[in-house]
Amino acid sequence: MDCVATGGNVKVLAKAIHSLSRIGEELYLEPVEDGLALRSVNSSRSAFACFLLSPLFFQKYQAPSDQSFRCKIPIKSVQAVFKSLSSLDRSVEKCRIQLNSEKSRLTITLHCKHGLLKTHNLSFQDCESLQAVFDKESCANVLQAQPRLMVDTVLHFPPSQEEVTLSVSSDRVWLRNHVEDDADPRAMMTELSLSSEEFDHFAISTQTSITFCLKELRGLLVFAESSGLPISVYFDEPGSPVILSVMDSVLEANFVLATLSEDSHPKNHGKSNTKHPDTEQPPDDFMNDDMDSFLIAMETSELPGPSHAPTSPPHPTNNRKHPASEEEQEEALAEGPPNKKFCSLFFGSVLPTQSQLTNQTIQSQEVLASDSEDENQAETS
Amino acid sequence: MKFRAKIIDVGCLNHFTRVVNTVSKLSKACVLRLTCDHLFFVLSGKVASGGVSMWCELAQVNFFDEFQLEGVSADANEIFLELAPENLSRALKTAQNARSVKIKLTKKNCPCLTLAAELPSLSGVSRVVTHDIPVDVIPRRLWHDFREPQMPDYDVSIYLPPLKTMKSVVDRMKNLSNYLVMEANLNGEMNLKIETDLVSVTTHFKELGNPPWGEDGSQSTSASHRDSEFMAQTRLDIRKLQQFLTGQQVNPSRAMCNIVHNRILHLIFLHEDVSLQYFIPAVV
Repeated sequence: MDCVATGGNVKVLAKAIHSLSRIGEELYLEPVEDGLALRSVNSSRSAFACFLLSPLFFQKYQAPSDQSFRCKIPIKSVQAVFKSLSSLDRSVEKCRIQLNSEKSRLTITLHCKHGLLKTHNLSFQDCESLQAVFDKESCANVLQAQPRLMVDTVLHFPPSQEEVTLSVSSDRVWLRNHVEDDADPRAMMTELSLSSEEFDHFAISTQTSITFCLKELRGLLVFAESSGLPISVYFDEPGSPVILSVMDSVLEANFVLATLSEDSHPKNHGKSNTKHPDTEQPPDDFMNDDMDSFLIAMETSELPGPSHAPTSPPHPTNNRKHPASEEEQEEALAEGPPNKKFCSLFFGSVLPTQSQLTNQTIQSQEVLASDSEDENQAETS
Repeated sequence: MKFRAKIIDVGCLNHFTRVVNTVSKLSKACVLRLTCDHLFFVLSGKVASGGVSMWCELAQVNFFDEFQLEGVSADANEIFLELAPENLSRALKTAQNARSVKIKLTKKNCPCLTLAAELPSLSGVSRVVTHDIPVDVIPRRLWHDFREPQMPDYDVSIYLPPLKTMKSVVDRMKNLSNYLVMEANLNGEMNLKIETDLVSVTTHFKELGNPPWGEDGSQSTSASHRDSEFMAQTRLDIRKLQQFLTGQQVNPSRAMCNIVHNRILHLIFLHEDVSLQYFIPAVV
């Protein structure tokens, strides 16, 4: 294998590595005819990311003669090569990635200004091909937005926020922080409402709510923001993976994230059918800026003092539907101990054939249980 | 009981945010008292909070474009809420370039202070973010716990040196000792001292001036009997003072303190329409 990236593409490559480093500990590298595939998966196997850099991305691209070559490298060591993005931008003119099969080293050479050469020899491990099973095209819902919109949206959630719930109706998108049932009941709830007009593409065929991890989305945003490429979000029902995708003529990135499954939050189930007629109008009362309708929020009867119970005011006069439905949801939640688990995604060792290279062509959409097989194989092979 | 308020002016929003940030740096939980004219952030000197107390007073008219309040009853037209100022601070942070921010009392799963910000967007369609901050409504029988603290009968009242200078001195002293002695006299002199087995450090400030209090511009009763050279002092937990100096974002136009000898340090920051008082008890 021998590939050379030049100019701005070095930075793109670096950003892709940084973005993948938010996902997992290891970088899976696989040069194929369609390009160089860089992949990573998180330890719980609930998130998978893949960058495919096409041969045109490189000034020179030569896949190894031995088609089956693939390897994994601790991502930290690759990140170290592309450590400082700003200095990369200023000084690096060319980046060459070569496989030295005799020494079993992956050599990354940075050609900098003034003839400075930086050579990194990275050790690697052989591994099975890493591929998630997913199919973007069959997803019922597709959103596409400029990275700026997504960045501005994510900004409203604190860095410690792990999961968000994305709800869609025919003309709106809501994002709210997902609070686990056993977590602090006093947590602040944040909800952002976006009009369909803010999206470049808005195709919702089923109204639904999905909950997924923010961390990986933030990871992809690192990349999308710097490259200015729009992000597409493909999703179905709760429990089936959400696919975040960025595409360009010379590269493609797909992040596949598990979503909380249906039984773990029954509220979405009820909601997907019942909620949306109400929420045709935004759930936030303030939107309809009508004095009377939102003036009263909480009525405690005129309590002269002692009998006043602060947390359960006797007359909850808010008859708006949205909060009421939230209460119902809470009851529903209380019924059974929710099985809060992200379905682990789908990674078996997938046939190392050409078909895996295009992510969409995997035969089955079935979500397989987590499979540690490939890891074992990788280690023993 | 109803409350709603609205901020449109971005200057007011920033100002309010700074005040809330300051408060959130000082306490995990505090009481927000709402009256028709004022907002108060109150921290009463509970043992759990290390005995410090805080009183921050804002005139609502200087911040809000709309402000409507209906208290628990006609004769007590006020609302007392306990909340985590950190939440309010976080909510305001995401609303920094909002076209408008509305704050209202709502009943969700629990009583909430709901902050709704209307944000500008690329498409021109308004984007709304709402934060539901859980609050506890404080029953009227407990209100008396959150009354304005009495101005202590202090021994010395003095203007503070520039806060940045004071902060850098305190920050350095913090590395050497856990306790700091603050002393001042009616001659406009103030000292910050630490003493350990190994080292004694004192920073002297001069010509700070003593604020005139009361009708006739005289010092308080105890103070007026004092010899102007007498140094009133308090020994403080240095972290409390540092926290206050680090966290404050009010940048007061006037900052002063009152010292009750060996009992308490009373810090007062005044900035236009905001007053912030902070009480740090002396440690023996």
